[in-house]
Amino acid sequence: MDAFIVITLIKLLIIAFVLLTAVAYLQWVERKVIAHIQVRPGPYRVGPHGLLQPLADVIKLVTKEGLMPTYVNRPLYLFAPFIAVTMALLSIAVIPFGPTINVAGYSTWMQLTDLNIGVLFVLAVSSMGVYGIALAGWASNNKYSLLGGLRSSAQMISYELPLALAIVSPLLVSNTLSLRELVGSQAGSIWNWNILHGGQIFAFIIFIIAAFAETNRIPFDLPEAENELVAGFHTEYSSMKFASFFMAEYLNMVTVSAMATLLFLGGWEPPWPAQYYSNLAPTVIFGIAGLIALYHGANPRHKLDRYTLSAFGVIFLLIAGVFLLPMVQSWLLPLFWFLAKIGLILFAFIWIRGTLPRFRYDQLMGFAWKFLFPVAMLNLLVTSLVVALVS
Amino acid sequence: MDVILFLIFAIIAVVAAINVVVQTHPISSAVSLIGVMGSLAILYLLLGAEFIAAAQVIVYAGAVMVLFVFVIMLLNAGAEAKRGRSLVVQLLGVPVLLALLGLLAYFVERAFPDSVKVHFGGFTGGSAQAVGRALFTTYLLPFEVTSLLILVAIVGAIVLGRKELD
Repeated sequence: MDAFIVITLIKLLIIAFVLLTAVAYLQWVERKVIAHIQVRPGPYRVGPHGLLQPLADVIKLVTKEGLMPTYVNRPLYLFAPFIAVTMALLSIAVIPFGPTINVAGYSTWMQLTDLNIGVLFVLAVSSMGVYGIALAGWASNNKYSLLGGLRSSAQMISYELPLALAIVSPLLVSNTLSLRELVGSQAGSIWNWNILHGGQIFAFIIFIIAAFAETNRIPFDLPEAENELVAGFHTEYSSMKFASFFMAEYLNMVTVSAMATLLFLGGWEPPWPAQYYSNLAPTVIFGIAGLIALYHGANPRHKLDRYTLSAFGVIFLLIAGVFLLPMVQSWLLPLFWFLAKIGLILFAFIWIRGTLPRFRYDQLMGFAWKFLFPVAMLNLLVTSLVVALVS
Repeated sequence: MDVILFLIFAIIAVVAAINVVVQTHPISSAVSLIGVMGSLAILYLLLGAEFIAAAQVIVYAGAVMVLFVFVIMLLNAGAEAKRGRSLVVQLLGVPVLLALLGLLAYFVERAFPDSVKVHFGGFTGGSAQAVGRALFTTYLLPFEVTSLLILVAIVGAIVLGRKELD
């Protein structure tokens, strides 16, 4: 019992630290990717290639004056960012990152807790997250904030239906509600993943579209459409209260990417079995990245790149070497595949932000109710029919 | 541990429920009601009904209350003015409330005199599988009738909404 509590506390600290750092750097990645899509360097001044920019941003946000408008509904105004960030953090608790690991004689899962209703828990928590935005919009006592909050609650209610229906069909195929067992049922190779094995490619597309709407990302970021609503529901917020909404948005992105990975892309399972050398894939990827960085370090475009890019190249090659060590492979490889899949989906999020324009609001609602919901329903019906006939 | 958690969330549920009535602003009442729903979900969880707990949060605390808050925000309802209480309410309010609670406690005690006290962890039929099996075998008829009733309600809502439009 005591060991259980200690291990859980350690896992809690590690996950919280890694997650918050990852969220800070996700913003750096987003700014960099969008900058490169628009052919400009992006953050470049703070640290090599702007790598210390998140740190600078955090210091700026923490030390800024937290302005309290006089006309707001005080308790709800303060409560809203708190609930947004809490609900965003809570769902990470049930998400598994990999199989069991053995540390100092103790064997534990790379997951905070496994609920046998894990999928429902994530849905429940995400449905509570909408209050943060809706109440923030209302409590700000400002017409733009109110409209942003109203839009967001309507949008999230509407898109929650296709999202839930899209989640149900892979659950039918895998026949479980526990996220850990869900991954176990997709083990083997890419052909066993739910996206291909159960023919759930349509469910995957519906899930991703609805997830974009649930996280208020472009092309569904109507709640904060700046040309109509200033900054939407967080117009009146400043300093850390403003930052909590930002953190909540990025945390939700990480959560839905992790859910998509677990439900459709086989979680931490490699895309092809280990006997065909899937264990070498991370080494090859990091090795190529290291060599490219070394090449650009040898032929630098800027003066400092000679040192920074060479250092990155050496670091990448070292990481490539670490993946070859047999004692860390058992837990590092699953973690690599899980993070690689999440990273791909997050990259798609950013890519689409740099590509697509925003919907008009009536188009957004019409799309959810007249197209996405019937398609999700049809997909669920066909899936249940096939599952009933096969089993 | 279970008892401590039960006491914490039972107290939160009761305080939030009282707050629903005491608050003058509809939004504050709605937020308190969300608190009640959430604490009820945790009480279900403590009793071993994990599926019902999740459904409680998704359906009541999530969907239904979001709609409530949405409608209140759309109608832009303001805070209610507190009116002076009448003499009867001032004099008899608390005694009548206490009498009602006493009567309730008395009848519950009478109806279930030797019932087993609730013990945590004794119930294991709360998984999604067990609930689904019960719904589609033992309670199939009520379940289907309920879904028909909901369908009727939806059709009725559309008919009423059409009338407004024409």
